[in-house]
This record gives sequence, C-alpha cells and structure tokens, in this order.
Amino acid sequence: MFTAAAIGLLVTMATALARAFLGPTIYDRILAVNVFGTKTVLMIAVVGFLTGRPEFLDVALVYALINFIGVIAALKVFKYGYLGSVESNRENGVRE
Amino acid sequence: MSEILDYVLLLLLAATAIGIVRLRGLIAVVMLSGIYSLLVASLFIVLDAPDVALTEAAVGAGAATILMLGTVALTTREEKRARFRPVSFLVVVVTGLMLIYGTSSLPPFGAEDAPAQVHVGPRYLTEGYEQTGVPNIVTAVLASYRGFDTLGEVVVILSAGVGVLMLLAGRRRAQGEKGQ
Repeated sequence: MFTAAAIGLLVTMATALARAFLGPTIYDRILAVNVFGTKTVLMIAVVGFLTGRPEFLDVALVYALINFIGVIAALKVFKYGYLGSVESNRENGVRE
Repeated sequence: MSEILDYVLLLLLAATAIGIVRLRGLIAVVMLSGIYSLLVASLFIVLDAPDVALTEAAVGAGAATILMLGTVALTTREEKRARFRPVSFLVVVVTGLMLIYGTSSLPPFGAEDAPAQVHVGPRYLTEGYEQTGVPNIVTAVLASYRGFDTLGEVVVILSAGVGVLMLLAGRRRAQGEKGQ
C-alpha cells in the first residue's frame, strides 16, 4: 500500500514540476512549488513507513512548518516588488 | 522500491536543473531552485540522513529562496539573453569530460572495499552509539565526531548572514536619504 502511495506521489511530483516549467503565469509556478513542497512532506512520511522508520514523521512535520515561507516571500515580492516592510515601500514609492 | 525512488528523484532533479538553465523569468527560476532543494532533501531522506535533509530544506528551500527573491527584487526580474562564447563553451565541455573521466577511477557506489567504508566508517558504526549516545549514525558523525567542523560551518553561515544584512541596510539608508 505504501508502495502504491509512493508511486502516486512521484507522479504528482512530476506533474507539479511540469506546471512549474510551463507556467504560464507566476501564480502557476508558485502554486507548483507549494504543491511540490506538500508532496515532499508526504513522500518523507511514506518513505519512513516504507523503510520501517516512522520517526521520519518528525522531519516531515518540520518540512510542513518551513514549507510556506518561500511561497509567502515569493508572493510578497511579486505583489510589492520589495521584500522589506510594506510601509517603507510606500514611502519610497512602489515600482510596478 | 528504494532504488526506483532514487532513480525517479534523480530524474526529476536533472529535469529541474535543465529547467533552471532554460527559463528566463528569474522569479520562476527561484521557485524551481526551491523545488531542486526539496528534491535533494528527499534524496537525503532516502539515504537515511534526516538531519542533513532538514538543513538542506531549511537553508535551500527556506533561507536561500528568500535571499534570492530579495536579490531579484533589488535587481531585475528577467535574465538577459547571454551571448554564445565558443571559448567558454569549450572550457566547460572539457572540464565536464575530465570530471566524468575522473569518476571512472572511483570505487562503485556502496562498494565494501571503498576507502570510505574501511577507514573510520566501521568504528563509527560499531562504537558510535556507545561513544555518543545518538541513535542515528549520520547525526552522531555530524554533531559529535565532526562537531568542530559543524561549528565552523555555523560561523561561516552566520557571517554570511550578517554580511547580507549589512548590504541590505546600507542600501535602504541610501534610499531614505535620496527620498528626503
């Protein structure tokens, strides 16, 4: 059963990767990265059970915690064009 | 199963690397390099090195992505089309061929009589748990046997972070003065 789950996850990873290549908009790519991160979390959990080391679940949990940081940073850069605080950005004038 | 997993992950890794080289939109490239780092982290997990995988995910997919996005925000979002330089291309091809030739004299992956397996490896495996009390042998080597090495790496990463912060702070101050 875990083998089937791993195969399914690999297929999903490949399709998410294809979406990240093809785009066409930046939101498709950001979504692809988010999906890929989630699949990595699941893959680590499945590999842990597949190889009889369920303690990998802790690693998967930490991945899930840090997964969204990059996505939020990317969305912020795309929306405001700057990674600093929004207030200092308004003072300097937002570049569109 | 683990072997198939390795091959598929390596295949996805190669595809991601080609995508990073081919794409011109730099935000997309940063996103793909995040995926690359997640894939490398999965490979580390398959190789039973969860701590290395955690570091890779935190630094590669987390911190490096944000640093690169900051750079993209400060510079430009589109990569300029590079001119084809025959001399550089030749140097890269020759270096690549030499590296591939160099791998032919390496022992095969996982060979029992490889120097990595007969030097200090057996002692780590047999006495590692009694000497350090850490159940995972990769963690024991990283955090205990090579503790000073890891400490040095932490110092390098800290000084790199401080340098980046100083660069960003200097730029922001210059911008503020210009605004007034």
